[in-house]
Amino acid sequence: MIDLTLHVWRQASREAPGEFVSYAARGISEHSSFLEMLDVVNERLTREGKEPIAFDHDCREGICGSCSMMINGEAHGPQKGTATCQLHMRKFKSGDEIWIEPWRSRAFPVLRDLCVDRSAFDRIIAAGGFITANTGGAQDANAVLVPKSRADIAMDAAACIGCGACVAACPNGSASLFTAAKITHLAMLPQGQPERYRRVEAMVARMDAEGFGGCTLHGECQEACPKEISIDVITRMNRDYIEAQFATRHEAKAGAGSG
Amino acid sequence: MTLELNAHVPAGPIEQKWDAHRFAMRLVSPTNKRKHTILVVGSGLAGASAAASLAELGYPVKCFCFQDSPRRAHSIAAQGGINAAKNYQNDGDSVRRLFYDTVKGGDFRSRESNVYRLAQVSVNIIDQCVAQGVPFAREYGGLLANRSFGGAQVSRTFYARGQTGQQLLLGAYQALERQIGLGNVTMFPRTEMLDLVVIDGRARGIVVRDLVTGAITSHAAEAVVLATGGYGNVFYLSTNAKGSNATAIWRAYKRGAAFGNPCYTQIHPTCIPVSGDYQSKLTLMSESLRNDGRVWVPKAKGDARAPAEIPEAERDYYLERKYPSYGNLSPRDIASRAAKEVCDEGRGVGPGGRGVYLDFADAIKRLGAPAIAERYGNLFEMYERITGEDPYRRPMRIYPAVHYTMGGLWVDYNLMSTVPGLHVIGEANFSDHGANRLGASALMQGLADGYFILPYTIGEYLAGAKLTPVETSHAAFKGAEREIAERTKRFVGSAGSRTVDDFHRELGKILWEQCGMARNAAGLADALQRIPQLREEFWRDVNVPGSDRELNQALEKAGRVADFLELAELMCRDALQRKESCGAHFREESQTPEGEAKRDDEHYSYVAAWEYQGEGKPPVMHKEPLTFESVHLAQRSYK
Repeated sequence: MIDLTLHVWRQASREAPGEFVSYAARGISEHSSFLEMLDVVNERLTREGKEPIAFDHDCREGICGSCSMMINGEAHGPQKGTATCQLHMRKFKSGDEIWIEPWRSRAFPVLRDLCVDRSAFDRIIAAGGFITANTGGAQDANAVLVPKSRADIAMDAAACIGCGACVAACPNGSASLFTAAKITHLAMLPQGQPERYRRVEAMVARMDAEGFGGCTLHGECQEACPKEISIDVITRMNRDYIEAQFATRHEAKAGAGSG
Repeated sequence: MTLELNAHVPAGPIEQKWDAHRFAMRLVSPTNKRKHTILVVGSGLAGASAAASLAELGYPVKCFCFQDSPRRAHSIAAQGGINAAKNYQNDGDSVRRLFYDTVKGGDFRSRESNVYRLAQVSVNIIDQCVAQGVPFAREYGGLLANRSFGGAQVSRTFYARGQTGQQLLLGAYQALERQIGLGNVTMFPRTEMLDLVVIDGRARGIVVRDLVTGAITSHAAEAVVLATGGYGNVFYLSTNAKGSNATAIWRAYKRGAAFGNPCYTQIHPTCIPVSGDYQSKLTLMSESLRNDGRVWVPKAKGDARAPAEIPEAERDYYLERKYPSYGNLSPRDIASRAAKEVCDEGRGVGPGGRGVYLDFADAIKRLGAPAIAERYGNLFEMYERITGEDPYRRPMRIYPAVHYTMGGLWVDYNLMSTVPGLHVIGEANFSDHGANRLGASALMQGLADGYFILPYTIGEYLAGAKLTPVETSHAAFKGAEREIAERTKRFVGSAGSRTVDDFHRELGKILWEQCGMARNAAGLADALQRIPQLREEFWRDVNVPGSDRELNQALEKAGRVADFLELAELMCRDALQRKESCGAHFREESQTPEGEAKRDDEHYSYVAAWEYQGEGKPPVMHKEPLTFESVHLAQRSYK
């Protein structure tokens, strides 16, 4: 059992001002997860007639990407490659003070306490993060051969859980790692080629329009990423983006007059 | 009230039913599709695939999810894989074999015609997902790879490392986002369905709560699709996501949709054991681990030695011993019960003695650690993060946990409930898995329903329904909104002494003990006494802080637990009436001399469909008889 002092960002709503409030968290099991520690604190707050701390969470096994908190200034806390829900209290020791904040980014407004609005990510996907393949028209799955090495790179990028830690960790608040991970996943596959350049242009334009900052390759994002996605994907995105400038101009010319 | 329980199974040989039915069903013309709004509640594999496919067809779709994004639905957590009868491995698989394995795995308690169709469309799912760019595992030559799963002797499971559910869901989510971007789907994230609205006997809309502002609003439509997943969280501790709940299907039940086989709950054999009172959920370790991991416990009771110090001769590889032909790949219900048995004998391992070993030492010796890391690396890491133990050096400790509910709202062959216009897909329906679901079949069923079945069958309903337009100003909507407002007020005005979680934990404990891996008449009767008492205490003494006009997670939980407190009673009622053992439903009174589940086909070969009768009145059970023309009914054997 360990005793901790928490300093938690409390904010009643999007418009309301927020502040840090301190709580004593005594008798916490080292085997509990970080979110289970917050559950214990919330149960105590409720019994004292106070409002519990709101935080996003769902699967609690590191895959849904709901949990989203800065722990002592680090997105998802001190353990590398680990989302908050899988961070366990054995990483802390009795007497520790822990500062807990919501993601910090203009494009992710705070809704309440530690909950933020990440719908900008959905809009980036809606802009082009897909392969156009209506249900029903697909050929046999083994008709398209995908070299294992390319499938592996695609899978590494596709592992993104859309949590937003990359944005929160970035000094510029850039969403480049998130956007580039999807672009890389789809660009590595033969099925993704027809829309490759339209995709990168549309997604990058949407990313900029949502108010995310630009990427200056600090690399904080890959350090914070719970799925350890490498900033190599950003290099791929940038290369595709430049190529797209030529490719789409060519496409526009070829498409003109085709009715 | 008389309820019509007609499964509407098409006539003809089983191989031709779906094909014939697809031709017989009426179509909705493209111009008319624009006039039929469809509400899809839930955005997991079933919901997202249905919403996207319906929008592609030209229907205006509104899709709702309680999470902050449709990408977070709990389908995302499925690890191991998805079955399909592709026979890419040339090992003797076929549509018929997948059909047979699924019916047998479900212990002959599913509807034959639905399962056959599921096996048929399984092959289309893989094609569709590959076209969308789902990065399935590949062989060096570029062809798709497969692995084996429990309950099958062929290798038919497609996978994307240990994140198959994630990749399939993201494929469906991306198709959905594309339709959102095109303006064909309106998405309502952070929105929870709180009631179904039935007008003139047909489902015509829903009432929802905006979880950020607390606003209650209504949505009218020509058809409603529930894709809200299972109700395993009724047990409090389960492998489900914390938000997974039964509210949508429960409110639909109270509006007239029959509930099928509520007692069928799957307890998954390979989960990380409970470590303490603070435990908020249980984490599954994919069944695929049983391909290379060997399950064992010490032969002697109370053997407290470290696993490495226990010599081979003093270990009991009990699955291999009891089921030599399937061994560690025995179906889930059998593997779970076997684990419970050895722990009940006092041979369990780890704190509290509720655990068994899943040991990779032999596989590491045979294949090398890198090969094992390639197959299961992310699962091993997850295990180490949670337990602080390294499974490359020390066997994993596992124990069964609630994972999936085969029960759900009753649907006919067209996936329509007993309320016309209300369709139910994925885990939310009572489904194709009978009394036990085989591994890698949930993803298959969710996507089969959403991509390839519902988009056809809903057209048949809409083409024949002759619907007149309704507005949300209709008295039925206003009445439902009023009821929700009153219920919400009761919660936020409460100043009791116990938290919502406190009640939920107590409910879960009752269910786990009396309606879990083994059930008997006395225990179920006891649960049926205690659950109503607990429910009464809940309404009297629960403490829900905050107001209803804001983001209030305690209020969300309170509504869900209030529904669980009612559903739990129906589960026990159903378990009590089914005096046979079948699949995951093990009645201690009905077992073979070897302790295996003993079915009673003469008396229990039916689907139990429960009909709500109103507050305080016992529900009425209807029976859909199950007849088997294409498979031979047999006592399951995996020996």
